[in-house]
Amino acid sequence: MQTAIMIVANYPLYIRSVPTQGELKFHYTVHTSLDVVEEKISGVGKALADQRELYLGLLYPTEDYKVYGYMTNSKVKFVIVVDSSNTSLRDNEIRSMFRKLHNSFTDVMCNPFYNPGDPIQSKAFDSIVSTMMVQAF
Amino acid sequence: MDQGSAAGTGGTFISLSDTEQRCYSGLYALCQPDSSGKLAAGKVAELFRASQLPAETLHQVTEVCGAKRLGYFGCGQFYVALKLMAAAQAGLPVRLESVAGELPLPLFIGITNELEMRYPNHPSTNESQPHILGSLTGSAPRPPADRPVLRHPDTSTDKQEAWSPPRSPGISPPRSPSAYRSYPYGAQRNGTDTLLAYDGKVAGCPSVPQENSSPSHYSLKLQPEQPVITRVASVERLVERAEMDYSDDPWRITEEQHEYYTNQFRSLQPDLSALIMGTVAKNFFTKSKLPIPELSHIWELSDVDKDGALTFPEFCTAFHLIVARKNGYTLPETLPATLRPGFVEPGVVPAPPSEATEPLIVFDDNMMPGANQLEMGSVDLQMTSRPGVTSKQDTRDESRKPEFSPKRIPDPHEKPIQHVSTLKPDSPQELDANMKSRTRPRSYSSTSIDDAMKKVEEPPTPPPRPQKTHSRASSLDLNKLFQQSAQGAKSGWLPRPPALPPRPPATQIFSFLPGSEKSSQKAVQQANFADFSKFREEQESSVRGGLSTEDLAPPKLDSTLRHQGHAPQKPVRRKLHPESQSATPPSAAPYSAATLTKSTQRPPPKQKREIQMAIRKNRETNAVLTRLNSELQQQLKVVHRERVTLESQLELLRPVAST
Repeated sequence: MQTAIMIVANYPLYIRSVPTQGELKFHYTVHTSLDVVEEKISGVGKALADQRELYLGLLYPTEDYKVYGYMTNSKVKFVIVVDSSNTSLRDNEIRSMFRKLHNSFTDVMCNPFYNPGDPIQSKAFDSIVSTMMVQAF
Repeated sequence: MDQGSAAGTGGTFISLSDTEQRCYSGLYALCQPDSSGKLAAGKVAELFRASQLPAETLHQVTEVCGAKRLGYFGCGQFYVALKLMAAAQAGLPVRLESVAGELPLPLFIGITNELEMRYPNHPSTNESQPHILGSLTGSAPRPPADRPVLRHPDTSTDKQEAWSPPRSPGISPPRSPSAYRSYPYGAQRNGTDTLLAYDGKVAGCPSVPQENSSPSHYSLKLQPEQPVITRVASVERLVERAEMDYSDDPWRITEEQHEYYTNQFRSLQPDLSALIMGTVAKNFFTKSKLPIPELSHIWELSDVDKDGALTFPEFCTAFHLIVARKNGYTLPETLPATLRPGFVEPGVVPAPPSEATEPLIVFDDNMMPGANQLEMGSVDLQMTSRPGVTSKQDTRDESRKPEFSPKRIPDPHEKPIQHVSTLKPDSPQELDANMKSRTRPRSYSSTSIDDAMKKVEEPPTPPPRPQKTHSRASSLDLNKLFQQSAQGAKSGWLPRPPALPPRPPATQIFSFLPGSEKSSQKAVQQANFADFSKFREEQESSVRGGLSTEDLAPPKLDSTLRHQGHAPQKPVRRKLHPESQSATPPSAAPYSAATLTKSTQRPPPKQKREIQMAIRKNRETNAVLTRLNSELQQQLKVVHRERVTLESQLELLRPVAST
């Protein structure tokens, strides 16, 4: 069962997948999902910025996997890819995962030694993400 | 040399570990045993004195180990004595029972050079490596030049767990010598050479000579004397001469270090309770020349409340981690308990202990047994301040992260009581962190990154209020005139420094008053008072607003001043009574007393200048007004004459019309 979490700011800042083999496929997935994200964004016309609008929901399902999107106010997109076989995941769980991701991402941003736009190398962030993935999937 | 692993005294069988064995045998050899195994009393006495234990304790040791009875120190007695001294240094009573458990190696100063010298003579086998390392770890922190023995025999007396670290480094270097790559110890036979070289380097370091009696772990006595400008150099030198003292927890901040960190903090931010912003801290820590990823990791560890700024405890933590890293310690994955901002020395019990127990119990459930962190925390660095028995508990503490508060794992309640005191300070901190994390989701109603940024920035200073234009309708001439005069006044105001004393405005208004027409209108006087009090309130509020609103004060004052200035000038609306003039100084006096916060010294000399300027301006306006007056009078005369001629013409014409 393959899952992946990716953080993209028009180029990947962070990609993590379990298991770690199919990363190339996930790269491809995230690139295609970016198009869908753009579609959703341009459609909504975001005047306000509450969390509901940050969460983009199921971007598109294929027969293999489902892709969920979330975009922060600074145009950083979080993408979660889960296997279609994993039907136990509900929308709220995905939302909470995104919320946690966002929290950790903000913590990384707070670090003055992190330049926005760098790939994320923080070990704390890594550990949080892995824990989250292990719990959820 | 008797390598017997047991020392019998009164039938008690005391076992020595390998490292202890090596160390003791070295020391034994040092004391020049004669053929029968008795040790030279002089050497023994010297050694005992070098342990820096009080004489009474030494007597006790001698007595207990049996040498007193025998009259000499044999091998067994010597070993027992060494163990007892170790126990005494650990703060335990000098009894045989104390030596039954595991103890650190006893520390002796002044003897070490000889010890080190002897080691190359030993057969170079694998055994000798732990031997060397063991003795090195025991002796290494004590080069003769500037080595503290036990920095805190007092503070650590009530914490038995402080003694596990001294033991574990003795064990762990063979296991993971790479962890200490920049350490001289990591080397093998070269360990002694490099150590000696290191000693030489340390001894050769210029500066205040380090007395042995002054426990200066990181040679910090030097640092506060350095000028702040050489902060970079001082950080480097601090790091260069700092060595790890295995006899104490390297993750604990000592008094001297704390003092040093305080000074450094003050150099960045004078207020100890304020925050250091992220960029400031970044520049400062970059000077330590550590690679950026490591600094990033250190930041993550030390910024507990994740606000992008460092409080004073966080700063100490970060600094301490940097120093530790510079000395070759690998950074822990999670923050050691002693470095947490809420950590307090066990001797200092937090003020409301009863309250603290409550949250202690509640937040125990919050602790996450993060498995991966557990391993990393406990295996890589056995530097925790808890003994092996409770290390699991400790790493559980360390591995807990505030963000995981929703997960509640029941605490196995295996904590020994002695941890309670150290956990207590943790829990309020945890409480804070938890609170902060829980408030974090609420903040997502606003932007996320911006939110983070906002936490870093202070609210920007409000822009200065726009100059009040003339709100009163009045004759244009007057307006223009007064605009000019007020402009002159304003330019006089602008060069004034931001700390604005309230009195000069009062006096300026006061000086404006004579220029105005005078008539007795009480209403006007009261109105003036009303305005004045409003002005005072504004001034108060603006001054109370603090530094950021100081910019506000001069423009506001200016505008209200002009407002006031117009008031007396408008002959129709406002006519100021001479009494009001006398009333304003008293009102100005309490006004200035009430509101003057910063510029207490400046008003008197400034006032004079202001008054003189005001007088000059008033004279100018006086001149202008008199000119205006005369012109108007002229016009009045002309008009009057015209009227007279018209009337006479009318008179002339009327008899003509009537007829």
